[in-house]
Amino acid sequence: MKAVEQAYRGQWARLLALLTAELRDLDLAEESLQDAFAAAVAAWPPVPDNPPAWLLTTARRRAVDRLRRTAVAARKLPLLVVDEPRPPEEPGPRKLPDERLRLVFTCCHPALSMEARVALTLRCVGGLTTRQTARLFLVSEATMAARLTRAKKKISQAGIPYRVPEGRELAGRRDGVLAVLYLIFTEGYAAAEGERLIRDESAGEAIALARMMAELMPADSEVRALLALMLLHHARRHARLDAGGRLVRLAEQDRSLWRHDEIAEALDLLAPALLPPVPPGPHLPGPQPPGQYLPGPYLLQAAIAAEHVSAAGAHDTDWEAIAGLYELLERLTGSAVVRLNRAVAVAEAFGPARGLELLAGLEAELPRHHLLPATRADLLSRLGRLEEAVEEYGRALELVATAPEREFLLSRRGTAIQALSG
Amino acid sequence: MKYALLLYVDAKARQEATEEERREALERHGGFIALLKERDAFLGGEELGGPGEAVTLRKGSGQALRTDGPFVETVEHLGGFYLIEARDLDEAIELARACPVDIVEIRPVVEHQG
Repeated sequence: MKAVEQAYRGQWARLLALLTAELRDLDLAEESLQDAFAAAVAAWPPVPDNPPAWLLTTARRRAVDRLRRTAVAARKLPLLVVDEPRPPEEPGPRKLPDERLRLVFTCCHPALSMEARVALTLRCVGGLTTRQTARLFLVSEATMAARLTRAKKKISQAGIPYRVPEGRELAGRRDGVLAVLYLIFTEGYAAAEGERLIRDESAGEAIALARMMAELMPADSEVRALLALMLLHHARRHARLDAGGRLVRLAEQDRSLWRHDEIAEALDLLAPALLPPVPPGPHLPGPQPPGQYLPGPYLLQAAIAAEHVSAAGAHDTDWEAIAGLYELLERLTGSAVVRLNRAVAVAEAFGPARGLELLAGLEAELPRHHLLPATRADLLSRLGRLEEAVEEYGRALELVATAPEREFLLSRRGTAIQALSG
Repeated sequence: MKYALLLYVDAKARQEATEEERREALERHGGFIALLKERDAFLGGEELGGPGEAVTLRKGSGQALRTDGPFVETVEHLGGFYLIEARDLDEAIELARACPVDIVEIRPVVEHQG
């Protein structure tokens, strides 16, 4: 059983990618590969010399069987658009060609809905079962199965190609893939609703997928930056909640609970992207001469996270550097959420009044975001404007969705009310 | 694969277009058709009359009902279509980007065997 599990974790995506290219049918490839793993459970041990080759051969046979069975019913789905025919048999069976990038780009094609992209990526590339995928997204297994079937049908019927885009297309499509992975990560990190703030599982899946992408596109600094960003956030998972399940803010976190091995790995990943264009200094991309290398959004976010974890203690955090990075990020993305974060950094670096200024008028863009009134409340209470602070905490409490964050806001409001009456 | 490009246009703008604007639009479509032909992608295409000229036939309970106009009031309406041949959806999208209309819906054509 152990060898099968190991092969599943390590080889699922690789084998599915290969079979899909051969069979030109994602659905058939997936079902046949599933059959092959089921056969392995029965037939192993003895474990064959080359488990992936055994699985591939078995899956190919199952595919032929399936095609024969359905031949009368005439398969109605058109075949997948695959560029060049695959060489019939690999000379060295130990070296299977790696087709996983094609699989990733097909699963994350912009013609699919975001929901479909996420589900397909977890199922086909991550190797999660339909049941596991459903559980991660809090839907029933039947709903998830239907979603996956629809998505696969769209891939073949709409002619979504099984291909890694080239040239000008690549950067944009790569961003699309990274957005899917980051969504899986954030979904796991702070579930929008419910009791548990951190669902390790889907964050772990997202990291595994990002690790794979970094392996497949080693020269791409945004891909590496995304992996580093996830690692830097995830390394703090044990320090984000206290024993009672309450949220602990970054400044108060016990840094000995951080996974320093994961932080070191992330900083290593970032080093080549951050160091060359910058004169000696901290992890700051800094202003670039025009026409030179421009940091992408994930690199900037990772650089910010790196600043946080590199400080020996909360008081040593270089908030000026962080505020500068957020400014670059805001210019790049125009995002109101980024501005909110920038305001926090500016408040730390230059005082709460300056931070408050940056929050002016953000309601229009973030009407339902509890962190906007929560941040404003915090800055107001630091300025001694307690009545306004209590009011803003009230607004934040109306919008907050997770229980730990609610409790945190309640206690902050309590402190402000006490200070008012005392 | 065959794809239909369905062109959605602003009903009002189309109605109120001047002779000059009409001519320019036709020229742009001429250019687009030339591009499609150069790529061996052109299978056909037509401009359609407006919703005011449409008649909808709805068959129910044994008798055919004829109604004037479409049932759905929309600002944008189907103003025309192209039928193109493309290697895959990515190529269809690339070609549709060159189409001189703001809203283009790309639909794969279902090919029936036999």
